[in-house]
This record gives sequence, structure tokens and C-alpha cells, in this order.
Amino acid sequence: MATVTVQRPKLSLAEKLFLPGVLKGLAITLGHALRMLRGQKKVTMQYPEERWDANLPEHYRGAPALVTDEHGRERCVSCQLCEFICPPRAITIVPEEIPGDDQWAKVEKQPKAFEIDMIRCIYCGMCEEVCPEQAIFLRKDYAITGTLP
Amino acid sequence: MDLGLIISSAVKIIGFVFLMLMPMIAYIIWVERRFLAIIQDRIGPNRVGIPWTNVGLFGLGQPIADGLKSFLKEDFTPGHVNKFYYVIAPALVMVPALLTCAVLPFGRDLVLPFLDEPIRLVIADLDIGPIWIFAIASLGVYGIVLAGWASNSKYPFLGGVRATSQMISYEISLGLSIIPVLLLFQHLNLNDIVRYQSEHGWLLLPMWGDGWSVQRWLYLIPAGVAFIIFVVSMFAETNRTPFDLPECETELVAGYHTEYGSMKFAMFFMGEYAAMIIGSGLAVTLFLGGWSLPFGLDALVLGVFSDTWFSWVPALLSTGIFFLKIVCFMLFFIWVRGTLPRFRYDQLMKLGWIIFFEAALANIFIAAGILMFA
Repeated sequence: MATVTVQRPKLSLAEKLFLPGVLKGLAITLGHALRMLRGQKKVTMQYPEERWDANLPEHYRGAPALVTDEHGRERCVSCQLCEFICPPRAITIVPEEIPGDDQWAKVEKQPKAFEIDMIRCIYCGMCEEVCPEQAIFLRKDYAITGTLP
Repeated sequence: MDLGLIISSAVKIIGFVFLMLMPMIAYIIWVERRFLAIIQDRIGPNRVGIPWTNVGLFGLGQPIADGLKSFLKEDFTPGHVNKFYYVIAPALVMVPALLTCAVLPFGRDLVLPFLDEPIRLVIADLDIGPIWIFAIASLGVYGIVLAGWASNSKYPFLGGVRATSQMISYEISLGLSIIPVLLLFQHLNLNDIVRYQSEHGWLLLPMWGDGWSVQRWLYLIPAGVAFIIFVVSMFAETNRTPFDLPECETELVAGYHTEYGSMKFAMFFMGEYAAMIIGSGLAVTLFLGGWSLPFGLDALVLGVFSDTWFSWVPALLSTGIFFLKIVCFMLFFIWVRGTLPRFRYDQLMKLGWIIFFEAALANIFIAAGILMFA
């Protein structure tokens, strides 16, 4: 391979002296410091006092949760679509038939058990997207601490 | 040896070293963390205040909490180190740094109504001030070298080697850079140098007294060059960014103190900051008038408090001014740390040997020429 000679940029005297560059840098940092001191710029959030609640973005995805409809019935019909789409396989559903004399007998199925392994959950929101009954939603919570049941 | 001298020396040592310098080291670390945070658009440690209350006090309790943490941590000594040198190294960093403060004048002569003689506010009133500081400060490199060597591991070793050649190289330009200053003042007693500057204008601000002479204004050229060389060399000498290659956390983990923990690490840390404070103190003393007020205001203060019962006020005031100047200088240190990236090692050596060494040498001749002909 042929040797490529890179032309180094010629430095002016000011650049060689280095001190003007240093002063310029100092001015930039001082500008940042002054803006911080005047309270015009703030990035850090003081967590326990200031919280995300008011500032949560529209698309925020927290822990998934099952919801009920306006009659108080759990909306989930145990179709198990979420169980199949869940990329980390965090959801396990045990379906159960609804007895014939029940008010909601026409729905046919309900979950006997609906488990979400929160260690596996990656908060991708695919369960929410795939659900035909709009039974599962990702909540807007961010401070989740779990204990053993 | 009379008793008065011993008592006054003891009081000065305790007052200056343990009541002023040590708390200052602790709080400079906090100031550094806050100021760096502000430069980087962050907030910094602002929580630790009074325990079990919600009073934050801007995080003023942080140094105490840090100190307590260092004391309570396990004092772990790795199995592969050379124990004796490993233990002695942090002390060898800390002790020289504190010893150098012996010759720093931290205030005007204290006149007390019940004493015949004024007390000189300097621990050791030596006539070899700067030489003492350089002689003792250069011992500090042994602590770092021993730490690097005794740790018996790669990163500390590299850090120690770097520190050695860096500190030895920059000592030369540091020593040479202040010769123009000493040429002008013609003596080496730091207290006399400050008193001279108080009456005849600071070296870098000759705007009162005899300072208005052509010679002093011409002398600003070598003095300015000397100041720049001195300050930059001091950055290298105290291993501060942009010359913190011995620590250099991106390459060397933590450099020479990688294998240290708990209070031993804290000793390195405090020694480094003590060295910075003493260095700033020396720069302030030599170039910026030490404890004196600018524009000849010292004479005014002395006149106002000429009464016997208030004769101690100017001394206390001057101490406050001295520490204020040091704090400003330290803020500059921190400001530079927040601004400049680290130099490469060959750039550091080139700057020290090829630029500063020659510039400092030439500066001596320029200064001597001005003193001779102007």
C-alpha cells in the first residue's frame, strides 16, 4: 500500500502559544458557571423533593398492569397473545373457563392466574400493543420496589 | 529559648496548621466538588447538613461526613505490598506539605496591648523562605515514589515513575521562575517581601508607593512571565489537571494511590490539597502581596486602628485577606481543572524542559537587565 502523507494543519502563533486557547476555554467554563449560579440552567433533578410525575413524557413505559372495565370486570379474556409476543417471556397466563351461569358467560374465558415476572420484564410495551381487549397497560410509575410475596 | 517564644510558636502552629489549614483542606475539597459541578451544569454535594434534620446547609457537612467515612472504613493492606514503605508513603506526602507552611507569613505583625514586642505571624521567621519551601516540598516526591513502588503493582508503579520525572522536571522551572522576584526584593524573608509589597506595590500591581516608577512597570514583563511559569509549574508540581498524569484515571486507574484505601488514601488526598494551598500561598506571597491590601490601604487600616486597644485588628484583618487571596487562587485551580483536558506525557516533558526551562533562564537575564539599566 502506498504511503499517504497527511498534511498537518499549520498552527498560527496564537495556537502554538496555547495560552489564548486556554483563556477561551476558561471563558466558556466561566459562562457555564455563571449561568448555573444565576439559575438559568439546571439539569439535575433533586429527586425525593422534585419528582418526574409532572414531567413524565407521553410515551413513558412503566410496569405493566391489568385493568378492569366500567363494570368492574377484569378485561383480560386469556387470549394469551401477550404471553406469546412477550420478548423476554415474562408473562405466564393460566386460562380458566367462565361458568355458564355467570353474568359474563359470553366472554367464555378469564385468567385464573396472570403472572408477570418483573425481573424478566423489559418494559417494551408489546403486551399493551398486542392486546385486543385493551386489558393490559404500562403504568406511569418509575419508583418500583418489590418484595417477595 | 525563652518561654514566650515557645508558647507563641505553639499557638501559631496550632492556630495556623490545625485551625486554619486543616479545615481549609477539608472545605476546599467540598468547594472543589461544588464549583466543578457548577461548571459542568450540575449541582454537587448539597445534602449533608445537620444529622437527623432536614437542614441541608448547602452540603457544608460533606467534609465531616467524608472524614468520618475515611476513619470508619476498613484499613485494608493488600497482601502483595511492601508493608513498611506502603504505610510510610502517605505520611511522606502529607508531612512535607504541612512542613512547608512554616515559612508562609499569614498576617501582619500582631501587636497585643499586654506584650512589649509584636508577634510575627509566621511560624518560622526564616531568612530563606522560598528555598525552605522548595527544599521541603521536593521531599514530597518520595512519598509518591514509595507509594508507587511499594504497592507492587503495575498502575501505581507507572504513576509513581511519571510523578517522579514530572515533579523533578518542573522543580527546575519552578525554582528558576522566582529568581526575578528575589532579584527585585533582594532578600528571601517572605515576611519582609510582603511588607515591601504592602508599601511599594504588589509585584504584579505596582500602583502605589514607589510602584509608580518606570523600573517597576518595565519589571512587569519578567514578573508576568515568571508568574505564568510559576503557576503552570505549580500545577505540574502538585499533580493537578491538566498535568495529573501520575493519577490519570483514564489510563492508570488511580495512579500511585490505586492500592490505597480508607485513611491512607485520605492522607494522599489531604497532602495533595495541602500542597496546593501552600503553593497558592507562595504564589500569593511572592506575586500578589501576601496579606497586604492593594492600593496602599494598609497604611489607612493601620491609621484607623492605631489605638492601643485595637492594635490587634490589622493583624487579624490581614490574615483574613491572606486566606481570601488563597481561596481565590484555589478557585482558579478548580476552574482550570474544569476547563482543560489532560496533557500527553511527551507534551508535558517538552513543555517543562524545552519551553519553561529556557524561558525561565532568559527571564532571569531580562529581569537583571531591567534592574541594571532602568
